[in-house]
Amino acid sequence: MANIKYWLKEPKNLIFMALIAVMLFMPFTLSLFRLTLLGKFICYAIVAIGIDLIWGYTGILSLGHGVFFGLGAYAMAMGMKMVATGGGLADFMKNGGLTSLPAIWRPFTSEPVAFALVVLIPLALAFFMGIMTFTNRIRGVYFSILSQALAWAFVTIFIGMQKYTGGTNGITGFTTVFGLKLSEPMTIVYIYYAAVVALFLVYVFATWLMSRQMGKLLIAIRDGENRTYFSGYDSSRYKTFIYCISAVLAGIAGALYVPFAGMISPREMDIAFSVEMVIWVAVGGRGTLIGAVIGAILVSVMKTGISETFPNIWSYFLGILFVCVVLFLPKGLMGIWDSIRGKMKSRQTKENESAAVEGGAA
Amino acid sequence: MDPLLELKHISVEFDGFKAVDDVNASIDDKTIHFFIGPNGAGKTTLLDVICGKTRAASGEADYRGVGDLLKMREFEIVKHGVCRKFQVPSIFANLSVYDNMRISVNRNKSVFGAIFGHNQYRDSLKIMETLHLVGLEKKKQDIARSLSHGQKQWLEIAMLLVQEPKLLLLDEPVAGMGKPETEKTGEILAAIKDRCAVAVVEHDMDFVKNFADVVTVMHEGKVLTEGSAEEVMKNETVRDVYLGRGEKDGDGK
Amino acid sequence: MDVSLFAVAFNGVSLASILLLAAVGLSVTFGLMGIINMAHGEFIMIGAYTAYVVQGLLLKSIGDVYYFVALIASFFVAAAFGLVLEQLVIKRLYGRETDSLLATWGVSLVMQQLARSIFGAPNVNVVAPSFLNGGITLLGATISFKRLFIIALVGVTLFFVWALFYRTRYGRRMRACIQNREMAQCLGIRSDRIDSTTFALGSGLAGIAGCALTLLGSIGPSLGQNYIVDTFMVVVLGGVGKIIGAVAGAFIIGLSSTGLEFLTTASIAKAAVLFLVILFLQKKPQGLFVIRSRSLD
Repeated sequence: MANIKYWLKEPKNLIFMALIAVMLFMPFTLSLFRLTLLGKFICYAIVAIGIDLIWGYTGILSLGHGVFFGLGAYAMAMGMKMVATGGGLADFMKNGGLTSLPAIWRPFTSEPVAFALVVLIPLALAFFMGIMTFTNRIRGVYFSILSQALAWAFVTIFIGMQKYTGGTNGITGFTTVFGLKLSEPMTIVYIYYAAVVALFLVYVFATWLMSRQMGKLLIAIRDGENRTYFSGYDSSRYKTFIYCISAVLAGIAGALYVPFAGMISPREMDIAFSVEMVIWVAVGGRGTLIGAVIGAILVSVMKTGISETFPNIWSYFLGILFVCVVLFLPKGLMGIWDSIRGKMKSRQTKENESAAVEGGAA
Repeated sequence: MDPLLELKHISVEFDGFKAVDDVNASIDDKTIHFFIGPNGAGKTTLLDVICGKTRAASGEADYRGVGDLLKMREFEIVKHGVCRKFQVPSIFANLSVYDNMRISVNRNKSVFGAIFGHNQYRDSLKIMETLHLVGLEKKKQDIARSLSHGQKQWLEIAMLLVQEPKLLLLDEPVAGMGKPETEKTGEILAAIKDRCAVAVVEHDMDFVKNFADVVTVMHEGKVLTEGSAEEVMKNETVRDVYLGRGEKDGDGK
Repeated sequence: MDVSLFAVAFNGVSLASILLLAAVGLSVTFGLMGIINMAHGEFIMIGAYTAYVVQGLLLKSIGDVYYFVALIASFFVAAAFGLVLEQLVIKRLYGRETDSLLATWGVSLVMQQLARSIFGAPNVNVVAPSFLNGGITLLGATISFKRLFIIALVGVTLFFVWALFYRTRYGRRMRACIQNREMAQCLGIRSDRIDSTTFALGSGLAGIAGCALTLLGSIGPSLGQNYIVDTFMVVVLGGVGKIIGAVAGAFIIGLSSTGLEFLTTASIAKAAVLFLVILFLQKKPQGLFVIRSRSLD
């Protein structure tokens, strides 16, 4: 109980709670179309929390997180597709000349297995990547470049193996999710609430994790990884651990994304989208979890707003946003918040001090 | 009794250049063992080898009851109680002094421990006691980057001490310190001497004279001589390669 | 089997040479300034579009010779863009490696959109000079003159770069800055000028690579994106800041990707090359050629 009180004392967590309250209210005001969009953004916010854990706290810049998002989404989509076809062949498989269900699709005929794979596939890949890179101290931009190549490789594979993955078009044509008909408007509302709850749980989990010794250690690794070796830590294990957590969060977000989008394609795991994820966190403020959430939603809302009215401007806007945030606002929006609070605090202490001095003189 | 750490025939090469050349030395319990020598003598490299930062081309570092340190990775060496302080203070700048200590304190350093481990009362007692020893107990809530250079050096020493090391490796702990700070560092060293062995690389000869139990003089990667501070300073060769030059520099100032 | 193997090797070498041209600039700017330039691919694109523009202006009046004008123009146009980028953005990011990655990614978005606005989204074609059409048959494989020309072009360009780096005062100063920037500054080297020049040079080389690419196929606003990942892999594999590293990396990546593509499919080859690079880095986490330093970080 005491922990909850402590948690609620942090203003950033209060902002988050307010945000959740607003989100809970949204189905009553937004059109179904807008609600679907907001649902997608909530999924993005979950990814952003994961990215903040590895980048903001630990200093690992992954430019291929779309892969984990995409793999979670594909696992979900394949499960849903198998429900839709009743375990039969999908259209793209028939077009590709397959006559029986490919082996990689078999597990997805069972929905529970598909849900488990949403978590397990990103976890396994992140674990493998982590072991192969962090253990041998591949770090900094070297890791970033490899993670980017990972996204590149996965997109190429998913496009190239059309009869197994649906190629560029990806997987679409779902009918139900969790037994609910997607054609029913209420289904989207249920899924929306599921996403809000997921965001809440992920946020609480992440703040809890960062409040443990783990959080301090990740910052220590970010600021001086070499020193952590000489403090007796095998930092690669921590990095692999947090990288896996982050990948799993992305996978879950991807799975939740599928019912909203009604489809999944390699576009959701390519480099451009992966880097966009990083800019969400950069805009909101790396190293603060609330910043990641706000950044993801804010940038996505702007993206929708701008590309609806001026479709061509968005790339310019996003590009300039990247440059400006990195150059002029390295701590993001939460950086502004912190500096305002810092100033207020120091002014307060100054006033107190001067009052004390005057009191002493008198 | 056996020495705590026995270095046997250690050589290190950098692109064909022998930075450390067939060094033999042994470090005993509860002594302050200085390694001195002119620049490029291989002192820092020798510490690097012991703590695992640099790989030796050949040789053995036999650590009592454990075995050869040269075959282990850095964090394993630390787990066996060999702790290293670097020349430039390397602390976690964005954490508070107390958190720096908490990360260093001897505990379960696994991923699991970092999530579910509790901050034990025993740990915080030990942390405060160590901070008191180096005189930083009032600074425990300060962010580490706001400390002065000397305070950072002491914090790093405290971070090592709280791990209850058996062997402490210090690289120029008084570099960049003024007289009072240097003396205080010496007092800290004297206070920890009865807990563990201390190996120090240092240039400051007064400091060496005041606190050394054993001095090993190195020159161009080789051990020149070994003995007490007085013996070493009387040694003709040592005066030639090192002390003589040092005194001349002193006159110049 | 032998016959096609030779063809594969030849194609591998020609891919390697283009990667190499792009990678040299990337590698040196990373070594020198700690900048990972994600917009580097866009300089390839600029070079290609410069060739396209020059062709439009000159093909009718001077015929095939236009291509040589285009080569020179693509170098200078890309270099000029590089200089502007360096002054506006890169200069403020020295040493902030991962931040530079993000900012330059933003720049690349803007540049791609700019190309789309000016030249349209569909691909355009550059007519190759007629003397490069055709090829010779060697050991049963067709060696196209275009690819042969590219290999020769890269060879000549690289010779100039090597001479510049290792035989001139500028090169000596630049290498000094790579190894120890502070010391070089203390010796009176204007490191900021070295940075600007080097960045512009690297961009210009990417521009030449882009001009060379127009010989092999049509070009579009995202041309650079297709090569940037491979180019980065070359840098990672070769280690930063050394031409010899870029050469080795380019040949390994070029040959292995065309080889694997020949044995399997294009998509599997991509994944396999990545896997090979990761495996290789297990042994040498900093790439083939490392500049040693004694500092802790």
